[in-house]
Amino acid sequence: MDQYTAEKLKSIVGKDNFFDSKEDKLVYSYDGTPVFKQLPEAVLFPQDEEQISQILKLANNEKFNVVPRGAGTGLSGGSIPVDNSVVVVMTKWNKILEIDPDNLTAWVQPGVVTGALQKEVEKLGLFYPPDPGSLNVCTIGGNVANNAGGLRGLKYGVTKNYVLGVEMILPNGELLKTGGKNMKDVAGYNLRDFIVGSEGTLGIITKVLLKLIPKPTQSITLLIFFNKLIDAGKTVSDIISSHIVPSMMEFLDHTTINCVEDYTHIGLPRNSEAILLIEIDGRGSAVQEDAETIRKIAVKNNASALKGASDENEANTLKTARRSAFSALARRMPTTILEDATVPRSELPVMIEKVTKAAKIFDVTFGNFGHAGDGNLHPTCLTDERNSKELEKAHKAFDYIFNEAIKLGGTITGEHGTGLAKKHFLEKVAGPAGVDMMKRIKIAIDQNNILNPGKIFTISPKCEGHMPTKREQIKDFHV
Amino acid sequence: MSKEIQYKELLKILPNDDILQQCMHCGMCLATCPTYDLTKLERSSPRGRIAMIKSVARGEMEMSRIFADEMNFCLDCQACETACPAGVKYGRMVETARVVVDNTKFVSKLGVVIKRFALRKVVASRNGLKFVSRLLWLYQKIGLQKFVQTTGILKFFSKNLAEIETLSPVIADKFSDTQIKEIELPNGEVKYKTAFHFGCLMNTMFADINMDTIDVLKECGCKIITPKDQVCCGSLMGHNGDMEFALKLARKNIDAFDKHDYDFLISNSAGCGAFMKDYAHLLEDDPDYAEKAKRFSSKVKDVMEFFAEQKPVLEFNPALEPELTTYHDACHLIHAQKVSAQPREVIKSLPGVEYKELDEASWCCGSAGIYNVVRYDDAIKQLERKMNNIKNTNAKIVLTGNPGCMGQIKHGTKKFNIDVEVLHPVTLIKRLLNNQ
Repeated sequence: MDQYTAEKLKSIVGKDNFFDSKEDKLVYSYDGTPVFKQLPEAVLFPQDEEQISQILKLANNEKFNVVPRGAGTGLSGGSIPVDNSVVVVMTKWNKILEIDPDNLTAWVQPGVVTGALQKEVEKLGLFYPPDPGSLNVCTIGGNVANNAGGLRGLKYGVTKNYVLGVEMILPNGELLKTGGKNMKDVAGYNLRDFIVGSEGTLGIITKVLLKLIPKPTQSITLLIFFNKLIDAGKTVSDIISSHIVPSMMEFLDHTTINCVEDYTHIGLPRNSEAILLIEIDGRGSAVQEDAETIRKIAVKNNASALKGASDENEANTLKTARRSAFSALARRMPTTILEDATVPRSELPVMIEKVTKAAKIFDVTFGNFGHAGDGNLHPTCLTDERNSKELEKAHKAFDYIFNEAIKLGGTITGEHGTGLAKKHFLEKVAGPAGVDMMKRIKIAIDQNNILNPGKIFTISPKCEGHMPTKREQIKDFHV
Repeated sequence: MSKEIQYKELLKILPNDDILQQCMHCGMCLATCPTYDLTKLERSSPRGRIAMIKSVARGEMEMSRIFADEMNFCLDCQACETACPAGVKYGRMVETARVVVDNTKFVSKLGVVIKRFALRKVVASRNGLKFVSRLLWLYQKIGLQKFVQTTGILKFFSKNLAEIETLSPVIADKFSDTQIKEIELPNGEVKYKTAFHFGCLMNTMFADINMDTIDVLKECGCKIITPKDQVCCGSLMGHNGDMEFALKLARKNIDAFDKHDYDFLISNSAGCGAFMKDYAHLLEDDPDYAEKAKRFSSKVKDVMEFFAEQKPVLEFNPALEPELTTYHDACHLIHAQKVSAQPREVIKSLPGVEYKELDEASWCCGSAGIYNVVRYDDAIKQLERKMNNIKNTNAKIVLTGNPGCMGQIKHGTKKFNIDVEVLHPVTLIKRLLNNQ
């Protein structure tokens, strides 16, 4: 980035909100995604909509790229800088602007932490269900951009089911307002749902209107242990086919159980092959009845033991333990590569088997866990990114897993997004026509491809970033 | 040695790549970091600091002023370690980075020398600390403190100096080590064989708490051995870039206690307890001390931990009206020692207590060893948050198990004008006993 552009940016956001020291560039070169990293040219903390608009206009004129970022906990590389880019950090936009108890909605800024919002609305007897594993850190802006899921997806759905309206600055600097407090609204294209999950490629979100629901009054949390992986899978299918919809049905395999126990010391049985963590919530006697049915199904499927959480504290401890699974696996090996292959729910037992098989074929170690209730698995490869041979094996194993998931009618990502990490697989799921349509929409909205380019897909033949002038600037070409 | 070689030698102190690589930058630590919460800058977060340390250790990035500042901005409260599912030992990383930083041009040489002198010659030397404490005591007793505070004379030199002066705790009239006998016996039969480490601040500034601890332990049926040749635990030196000296102290303590027969080594100072529990790890490569250190550390118990585990029988005064009481987690208890349920369990069981949980109880109060002296302004931001939370409980008593926190929160009651009594849990227990 040349001096002129840097000075311009400084004058837009103010010198206190402009960072380009080598230290600051370094600490915004990564997010929660393993292996990927790249230094930005500068890091900006814009103060208002106008500043964001000016940054984007300047980017179009001076030909640099803009990468929006929340807390940087994403798992597909969505907020990792690209060539010749500035990072626009939204974490300081962290105000809850309005909670409307008459319409059951909340207007929030994009930097509001998901868990903090939940705490606030729950004080009023309301509920915001989406709960990604990083909910105490991640932001609503990032959740909307990635259509984040979480443990409660099974019964309550994911972020898209709770977004009523969005305001964002488009790549040309214009402000877009879409959606509103209406529960029904069919005026024109449904832009709002289209923006959810666009991974920061179509605009920078500045305000979000969320739907809230009444907080369930009762819940029961069960922990079921199995000596055989397949029995856990069978239990999940049986529960679903008996028309019970738990609010949570989480699966952890042997490796994950042991890593989580190393961290939490809550007494998980280290010799179990699998655990199901199930929560049933709602009102009245139905909660008890469903819990009883689940118990019976578990016993029929050879559960080795069954435990109920005695109070809310214990239930929370168990859920927190589950949320730590991904990071806890890092106790085993220096690098943990997490994926979220997702299959139709009935295929879950098959998919679990496929992951085990992939580990054998490619001689790698997997920890497997995930949202069993919605077929969303998180096979996590335990490896060392500093060893290229090991890394190569891991990538091959994931190729296999993705292909098997697609064969089962599944998808390459259930809730983490495509980003950098999975864009090479996108066409296999979305098809050539699908990817082509996405690219054409992107170019229609972002003519110069300046906003988070190279995420989800690569627009070609146009190059990303500056034309190289020296041999060493040319990088190996990856398709 | 050329400068370059010197620099490379210096970097060898940093943790090796395998240890640094353990951080998988998931960001789970961000929510718990008091400094990240203030600046919202990634460089002030544990994840950002580890990335910087990793980059410097690998030789990819030069050491810099920003690096030095961020390492010293960290409170070393280790809340991130509690939050880290991957088990990254962040505290150790930042402490070694501080050793490196202290040897660069980015930190004032004079400051390092003064800090080292103060810690080695005053804090670590019982007589040195007593001498300084006596001076402070004199300063308070003859009314000079009142004179200084009312005239605001220190503000003439520096605004901060005047503020820091008000941090100085009221010095006890008598130090505890002169009052506690080497062997104290209970009135009845001996139920527990314990030893006692009297700390440095607890011995001088908070001597009454030490006396309360001894009295309460005797009520429980403890025989208490308090070796006269024990020394400062070394934690302040260890956390502030002088591990070599800290380990010297560790060995002296191990020798002092190893001569005696006891099952529990009681500490009422979270910082000391945490560091003494760590001797085993710190000395694991010392062939002469590894075994002894392991034995020593395994016996160390925070006084509340001892109560919760052993459940000694005490007779309380039934006539007392319960008072609204809350509890602040000292970082070195909850994060370093993982002791948080035990004190609550003990406190809630006391008859004169109506317990109310403190919001953000485990958020650092800003005391953080000598942090509130060397970085007063930053420390006060954390303290203000803590005091607001305390105020919101409407509690009459706030309990905490570390002298640093006690001093800091007491300072907060004055600075923010909040009417709450700051006590060590042992003092409250003593107060509630039947014979009081």
